[in-house]
Amino acid sequence: MPRKTVREAINEALVQEMGRDPDIVIIGEDVAGGEGGSSGVEDAFGGVLGVTKGLLPRFGRSRVIDTPISESAIMGMAAGAAVTGLRPVAELMFADFFGVCFDQIYNQAAKFRYMFGGHARTPLVIRSMIGAGYSAAAQHSQSPHSIFTHVPGLKVVMPSNAYDAKGLLIQAIRDDDPVIFFEHKMLYDLADEVPSEPYAIRFGEANFVREGDDVTIVAFSRMVHIAAQAADVLEREGISVELIDPRTTSPLDEESILESVRRTGRLVVVDEGNPRCGLAVDIAALVAEHAFHSLKAPIRTVTAPHTPVPFAPSLEAAYIPSPARVAEVVREIMR
Amino acid sequence: MQLPRLTMLDAYMRMQRIRNFEERIVTEFSSGEIPGFIHSYLGQEASAVGTCMHLDDDDYIGSTHRGHGHCIAKGADLKAMMAELYGKRDGLCRGKGGSMHIADLSKGMLGANAIVGGSPPLVLGAALTAKTRRNGKVAVAFTGDGGSNQGTVFEAMNMAVVLKLPAIFIIENNGFGEGTAASYACGTDDLAARAAAFGMPAVAVDGTDFFAVHDAVGEAVALARAGGGPSTVETRCPRFTGHFVGDPQHYRANGEVDVLRRDADPLTLIRRRLIDAGVFDAEQFDALDRDVAAEIDEAVAFARAAPIPDEADLLADVYISYR
Ligand SMILES: Cc1ncc(C[n+]2csc(CCOP(=O)(O)OP(=O)(O)O)c2C)c(N)n1
Repeated sequence: MPRKTVREAINEALVQEMGRDPDIVIIGEDVAGGEGGSSGVEDAFGGVLGVTKGLLPRFGRSRVIDTPISESAIMGMAAGAAVTGLRPVAELMFADFFGVCFDQIYNQAAKFRYMFGGHARTPLVIRSMIGAGYSAAAQHSQSPHSIFTHVPGLKVVMPSNAYDAKGLLIQAIRDDDPVIFFEHKMLYDLADEVPSEPYAIRFGEANFVREGDDVTIVAFSRMVHIAAQAADVLEREGISVELIDPRTTSPLDEESILESVRRTGRLVVVDEGNPRCGLAVDIAALVAEHAFHSLKAPIRTVTAPHTPVPFAPSLEAAYIPSPARVAEVVREIMR
Repeated sequence: MQLPRLTMLDAYMRMQRIRNFEERIVTEFSSGEIPGFIHSYLGQEASAVGTCMHLDDDDYIGSTHRGHGHCIAKGADLKAMMAELYGKRDGLCRGKGGSMHIADLSKGMLGANAIVGGSPPLVLGAALTAKTRRNGKVAVAFTGDGGSNQGTVFEAMNMAVVLKLPAIFIIENNGFGEGTAASYACGTDDLAARAAAFGMPAVAVDGTDFFAVHDAVGEAVALARAGGGPSTVETRCPRFTGHFVGDPQHYRANGEVDVLRRDADPLTLIRRRLIDAGVFDAEQFDALDRDVAAEIDEAVAFARAAPIPDEADLLADVYISYR
């Protein structure tokens, strides 16, 4: 099977779906780039990190739409187009920018179906970048997925690898509800075996990254890899980790998590988001409510601290959950 | 050019500091010494300096992601700026902000801003403080041509007019937002006219010409200080570099930047004007340039030697400590 990076897998999903369905349009800033530029080169950007490169030459300006820097209008236009029959894939370049345009997502797109008594369909995908690691500082490095997960009416996807990225994006595009698709900026170059034909991965189905007996670790997106590194170290110490990547936070595969914890008796949740009212405590609460009597040790979470993301590389490294921190927490509950 | 000699000297020095600082940053970033993303202000020096020459430390500015020039023009310490870009503890923001959040509140510099369109509403607030306290201070919001398309900017402009705030909007029109030209992204090529439509004086000037910027902003500041409300100045200036350092600029024709550097360099222009007017001669300029180069060397040496933040700093200053 061909190996592709996360970037290539996402691009391929977009190309294949756009080829299949003429209602799919791409909307965002510099998704092609070069509009009005003096070189006459089209597709000069293809997205700030090159993810949408090549779409413009294939599908043309009417379907690959570069916009002014106007996120409220982008999100509103995408939501309005979705509810009237198109299937927009809008780009919010960095997830941090949701602050500029959240009304169109939070009060509008997310609520159409419910408010309108089930009469509306809003097949909208919002692709956006999350994550620290580039020293991009407080307004370009956040992981605000918990905020979106909190909102009824939104589905939230957080792929950790290229195979999942392709299958989940295809599912997101075919889904008739608004879907937020979070790409971690540190994962774009990660390669994986990815089938060439289109395939969809259903939402709410966890991936068991590795099976084990002693402790269940639940992690999303880049944190899956951090947890896997910790699991490697722990394995050498004789601790067997079961690593679960639920892949979507909403819907969440609660059953797989509960089933695993009932076997292992221990839970650690690793999340790059801030800790308060976040995904990690959400999953901890799920297990505390429904699998309490299976627990052999306290539930633990490993998250970013309750701080903005710092700029200095030394501080940023301390901000992001590390394999060493995850391993240490596991050792503590194994004692 | 009816400015005092010392004022012109000061203006030239500030512009040359920005030029040297930014050129040095490009080198240090490319060699991996500076982390993160860098947006260089090269080519736009006259816009920041022509504006900030009218401001005191207790006037305010709100900046953009392309903020080093504004910060220097407003008088921030070069060593502390450089240390910030290096992510060091002695930086202006103790290494927590970096290029896109560099700020010096003691100089009325309310921060670079990594959210395009983030500053103009904040600057309204600074203008409200000045108006409420009746202290004659003003607040200046910088935004780009791209940023001028944000709803936040339109809202801020309208509200400044409605509340008659001492706010000044500087739209730095360098022709691009990332890799998209303003000719595409803005529905009109007259960005000042949009501001005028909100009901304030607005002009567009040659942003490579220090004197043109200085004159136009001078009028805006005088009006605002006198209680006459907001104005907008669109400064049309070139961007000598890519959007960020490392941007291959496929969207620009080969040689475009060379022509701009030759024909539209604000440093060359001010230098020529002052030499032609007999204010300074070439040798004096060369001596000034050496002084500036030495300042930048010192700043880099300071930044390199400065300590990295303590790990405990990670948790500090999320809130005020009342202990
Ligand atoms: C809200 C928001 N949207 C998008 C971006 C990404 N971005 C950073 S700079 C930039 C271009 C800004 O163009 P302009 O305002 O003309 O300023 P210039 O870069 O030319 O100085 C974009 C799109 C951002 N930082 N914030």
